[in-house]
Amino acid sequence: MMVFGRLGRMTLRGIEQFGDATMLALQALALMFRRPWQGKHFVLQLYALGVGSLAIIIITGAFTGMVLALQGYYTLAKFGSESLLGAGVGMSIIRELGPVLGAFMVIGRAGSSITAEIGIMRVTEQTDALEMMAVNPKQRIILPRIVAVTLALPLLVSLFDVVGIGAGYLVGVDLLGVNPGAYMAELIAKIGMHDMYGGWVKTVVFGFLIGVICTYMGYRAEPTTEGVAKATTQAVVIASVSVLIIDYVLTSFFL
Amino acid sequence: MQNYKRIEITVGLFVVIGLLAISWLAVKVGQVGGLGASGYVLTADFDDVGGVRKGSDIMMAGVIIGRVDGVKLVNSDHASMALRINNGVKIAEDAFASVRTKGIIGDRYIRITQGTEESYLEPGDEIEETESAINIEDLISKYIFNGKE
Repeated sequence: MMVFGRLGRMTLRGIEQFGDATMLALQALALMFRRPWQGKHFVLQLYALGVGSLAIIIITGAFTGMVLALQGYYTLAKFGSESLLGAGVGMSIIRELGPVLGAFMVIGRAGSSITAEIGIMRVTEQTDALEMMAVNPKQRIILPRIVAVTLALPLLVSLFDVVGIGAGYLVGVDLLGVNPGAYMAELIAKIGMHDMYGGWVKTVVFGFLIGVICTYMGYRAEPTTEGVAKATTQAVVIASVSVLIIDYVLTSFFL
Repeated sequence: MQNYKRIEITVGLFVVIGLLAISWLAVKVGQVGGLGASGYVLTADFDDVGGVRKGSDIMMAGVIIGRVDGVKLVNSDHASMALRINNGVKIAEDAFASVRTKGIIGDRYIRITQGTEESYLEPGDEIEETESAINIEDLISKYIFNGKE
């Protein structure tokens, strides 16, 4: 009986949190077109979350492209179709790996910092101070972060795609001796706008998801040192798992 | 304030780099059709197109000279195909269109063999001489059953 009770409690808590997070995000987004404009805070967040994640995105993009070229070459060489390497690398990165790995990197680099930052604002009662000054913390703190992540992720992932394809080219053509014309020609011939749209829709959805989950976990964190630590861990875990689940759903739609 | 200006410029650069990446992907890799498709359209009827689709290559002498604009079924028995040929490529009236395969398991494409006549096809004309897709399974089954008899 104890087990059922616990399961029921967990389920109810999950649903409650889901609803709470949705309401919080909607309340923040509804304030988007209300004065005072949060342009400056949006730019600052775009700087912290977008520009700050550039280096790690470029590094992961480059190594993903390189290892895909290496693995792809090894597999394709068995069928004597090395010329398809470009299409293989490009297709995997644009459709799947770019959005998912990019989202993971942004969760680790930016999402965790969002949760920790907002959590500590709660601990040190900065959000209450804002409210005292008639500044809505949802508008000032949550809104710019959700919008910034949603807009930054597509840009970052596109860069990831380009760097990955370029790095795959370097390994495939210069190191493994695949025909340079064949790499790009097959990539261009096999990948259409349809594949591109699928990747971009994923990045926008993932970005929004990361923004909502990470701001929510920080905003509702228990205002203690352990509470913030726990919330940060949970935010990273929940965001990563939901990205993978939503990724499957979106892929089945966009096939 | 000076600091914020610098942040603004960095963010601007970041957005520009991101947009450049997006446009490179869209234009170079995704082949966004540009402003209106160029070239002229010819039609050709086939008994069996064997899976050629919109966007399949059209080749002459192994060089891509256009793309298939669309395939549709006519009179519930044969297929009519619109072939978009690049401007500047002239096709003789007795040219020959056939459905071929790149390699054994590769994509299907349309091969146009140039004719010998001096007069060329105008936009909207039909290529009369066509050859349908060669179905490997049909060939194999024919070979097997002939061998048994």
